[in-house]
Order: sequence, then C-alpha cells, then structure tokens
Amino acid sequence: MLLIHCPYCEEDRSELEFRWAGEAHIARPENIAAITDEEFAEYFFLRNNEKGLTYERWRHIHGCGRFFNAARDTVSDRFLMTYKAGLPKQPIPTAEETAAIAEEKTVETWEATEGDAR
Amino acid sequence: MRKYSIFAIAREAMRAHKGWEAQWSSPEPRSSYDVIIIGAGGHGLGAAYYLAKEHGITNVAVIEKGWLGGGNTGRNTTIIRSNYLYEESMDIYEHSLKLWEGLSQDLNYNVMYSPRGVMMLSHNVHDQQSFRRHINAHRLYGIDNEWLTPEQAKAYCPPLDISKTARYPINGATLQRRGGTARHDAVAWGYARAASDRGVHVIQNCEVTGIRRGPNGEVQGVETTRGFIGAKKIGVSAAGHSSVVMEMAGVRVPLHSTPLQALVSEPLKPIFPCVVMSNTVHAYISQSDKGELVIGAGTDQYNSYSQTGGLQIITHTLDAICELFPIFRRVKMMRQWGGITDNTPDRSPIQGVTPVPGLFVNCGWGTGGFKATPGSANLFAHLIARGEPHRLASGLTLDRFRTGRLIDEAAAAAVAH
Repeated sequence: MLLIHCPYCEEDRSELEFRWAGEAHIARPENIAAITDEEFAEYFFLRNNEKGLTYERWRHIHGCGRFFNAARDTVSDRFLMTYKAGLPKQPIPTAEETAAIAEEKTVETWEATEGDAR
Repeated sequence: MRKYSIFAIAREAMRAHKGWEAQWSSPEPRSSYDVIIIGAGGHGLGAAYYLAKEHGITNVAVIEKGWLGGGNTGRNTTIIRSNYLYEESMDIYEHSLKLWEGLSQDLNYNVMYSPRGVMMLSHNVHDQQSFRRHINAHRLYGIDNEWLTPEQAKAYCPPLDISKTARYPINGATLQRRGGTARHDAVAWGYARAASDRGVHVIQNCEVTGIRRGPNGEVQGVETTRGFIGAKKIGVSAAGHSSVVMEMAGVRVPLHSTPLQALVSEPLKPIFPCVVMSNTVHAYISQSDKGELVIGAGTDQYNSYSQTGGLQIITHTLDAICELFPIFRRVKMMRQWGGITDNTPDRSPIQGVTPVPGLFVNCGWGTGGFKATPGSANLFAHLIARGEPHRLASGLTLDRFRTGRLIDEAAAAAVAH
C-alpha cells in the first residue's frame, strides 16, 4: 500500500484515503464541438502510460476531498513529489532534495503514534 | 520433433529417459525475418504457430525480453470461459473456447484443459437480472450458460455457503459447463514446441529497444539488445508493455497498465470441483491439479509496472473467500504475485492494423487474456498474414476509439476491476 502526501492536509496518509484520478495536466479543448474525431480521441482516450516518471492526479477522497497532482515512478511506485492542483508541471526534485524532504517528514502510522514503538 | 505418446513414455522408460529432446530450439537470430512477433507469451507464440500452420509463413521469430511464458501467461489464474455479453466479445472468446477443446491434440502437448464449469454467483436482484440477461444473450448466440438455484449451486460446488445467515447470501448462480481451467505454462511451452518444430525461431533474453521505420513510414525491423533484426511485418503482443513498445513506432494506444494480483494456497486434496466467481464481493477461486487453491485478486487503482501490488487488494479478496467458503478459513496462503495488465477504456481488447504500414497490434486483453489465448493467437496470425482482420475480430480495431464504436464490456467482466 502506498503512503501519499496530501499537499493540502500536509500529511502522509494511507492509500486507502485516496483515489487515483488519471494522468495530470490534460487540458480540455476549449471549443470541443469544433475539434476533429482524431483530436477528440487523443484528448479523451490516449494517455502516456509511462514506464518510469509519470505525472498523475490523485484525490484525497476520504480526507479533504481535494484533487492534487503527483509525480511518481511507475516501476518502483515511489512518489517523487505531490503539489497542488492548478500549479504547472513541477520540476522533479534532485536526489539531495528528496533525501532532505524524507529526513524532516514524520510518518503518521499507527505504529509510530500509538503502537508498540510508542 | 519426436511425438509425445504413451509409446514414447514406454520407450523412454526402457532407456532411463535419456532420449527426450529439448522441446524447442534456441537459435541465433537471423539478420531478417518475414514476420517478427514481439512478446513470447501465449498470444505471441500461438500467433507464430498459426502463421506457420495455417498460413505457411515459417520465416518467423518471436522475440522475448525475458523468458517465454514469464509474463502474464505464467501469472494468471488460468480461467477459461466465453460468457461475455457483446457479440464482438462472444465471437472471439467462443472461437477461443472451441480451440481449447482440441488444443492438446493439435499441439501434441497436454495443456490440461479441464472443462469443470465456471460458476458466477448472484447475490442480489440486480445480479440476478443482469445474469439472466447474459444467459439469454448467450443462448441466442449458441453459447452454453444456465441458471442455477442456490441448492443446485451447492450441489455442483459443495463447499459453498448458501445459508440465509451468510455474510454474502446467494440467490442463484450461472454455470457455463464448458468453462474451466488449463495449465498456463503448458500453453506457452506447447505453442513454443509446436512453432519451433515448424521452423519458427523463439529468441529469449532479447529485449526490443526500438522499431526502425523506412522512408515511407513502413517498418523495417527492430533494434534489440542483440543487434538489429530486419522484418517485413511486426506484430506487437506485449501485454502490459504494449504501449511502451508501440511508442517505439510512434503509435499511441489507449492503454493503462495496472498490477493484477493472484495467490495460491498450500496444496490440498481435491476439494473444489469447479471455478467460482463473485463479481459483487470480488472473489474468484479454483483448485489446480497440484491441489493449490488459486485465487484471483483485483487490480490496483494506479498505473504501475511494478509486477506487485497492494496488500489491501488481496486481503479484500480473501475476506470474501472466507465468507463464501468458511471451510477455507484456516488454509494457509503460500505464494502471491502480480502481473501487469493492459487495460483499454472500454475493457475490450485491441487487435488490428495500426497507422504504421507493416505494424500490427494485439493488446488490451487486460485482466482476461489467458482464456483468449488460442482464439486471439489464431486471429492475430490471420491479421498478420492477410493484412486485414478476420471477421471474428473485425470489431476490435484500434480505430474504434476514433469512430466511437466501443465494445463496452466492462459490465460483463466476471469481477469488477
């Protein structure tokens, strides 16, 4: 199960609280009635399905309920970052930055807060 | 190729089994082939076999980045059935089921096809109405399927809990008696052996890294980790990695790849006579000939190539299994794994021509490709040989996402993925 950082709640929460919502940064054509069938198929059905780095949307459906964007590696399933909806595609943090983020994060799991470890 | 038979076993028994030959050869790749198929799973190997057998095209190579049958062919839950709702689906899955019935004889290889019956449980009024609609559609189309009362279902599958106080009460079931299971590895091995015997090259541990195209856009061959190999035609049959391979030719396909998990229990004596599926509570289970209970879980919600999956997905399925079959509550699970399924927006496969001359695609089988192996392979071979789809696969084109003529089979899947 994935541990996902909601950029609105600013907490790491279990995947069970989230819904995957497909590829990110797909803009609906402004005049959708005017586009060709090929353009519609492209917009509606075709996705990158990347092996490796992917930008995708998630929704914190059992939390704040808001959509946000994430960058994730689809081979390791590791989240590289999450950021708020509406922001443009963010650059991927470097290895040092990722390590620094991981350092200061407190992971709120049952074991860490209420379980045997405590 | 020496034929397998009872006389072969007797002959080898007399000489300490020293005369068995390798089932398929592992030749060095030629500089070019008439047809290259990317992906040595059941679909790809089968297509090569039918190209050689039915279309006389033997200058064929099947290229595989790992080992043959090591992808979804070796990872599925081996269920075979043809009770889909729409005609386009019924056509291809029923064609496949008919080929399953004679496959062991055709390949001279025991694929252990066992028509033990596939039962789908109905838990509520909606289930019952939709299953009865399915049964009517199947009967009109000449496919067997029948309605069972809870008592009849219990008689056919004794471990089933049909009591009124059950956590998931059952108000009936459908049964396709010709459905069942087969040995998945044997399907890949049988096709590889029969294709190799007809001159097909099976090239393992050779990853395709690019597709070379000529001045008019037509395919010229593939770049691989073992060098360039030329080809007049290329068939892509790469399951979860189909979109990655198609991207090499500049073709986007409407797929998303997700992990699908399965697990098996410790081996038990024969206890479970058929395949049982429940869409509503998401469970499907059968017993392999080795005695393991084979249980299929769901897909994860996100795109991934990790060949693993979340633990909550399999616990969810096991919750349901333990409620439907209380007898299995203390059975230990032995192994769990994941495969990468390629899902289309309408949950129906894609088999057809592509915008690139000489490039053909067979993908999008999603969570249910094993049952289709012989039928899909047979029709894919026809497509590659003739350059146009067989009548039975004519609706599965890539073009349907442009025309809007979708085959919305999602509601007819055995379990919700």
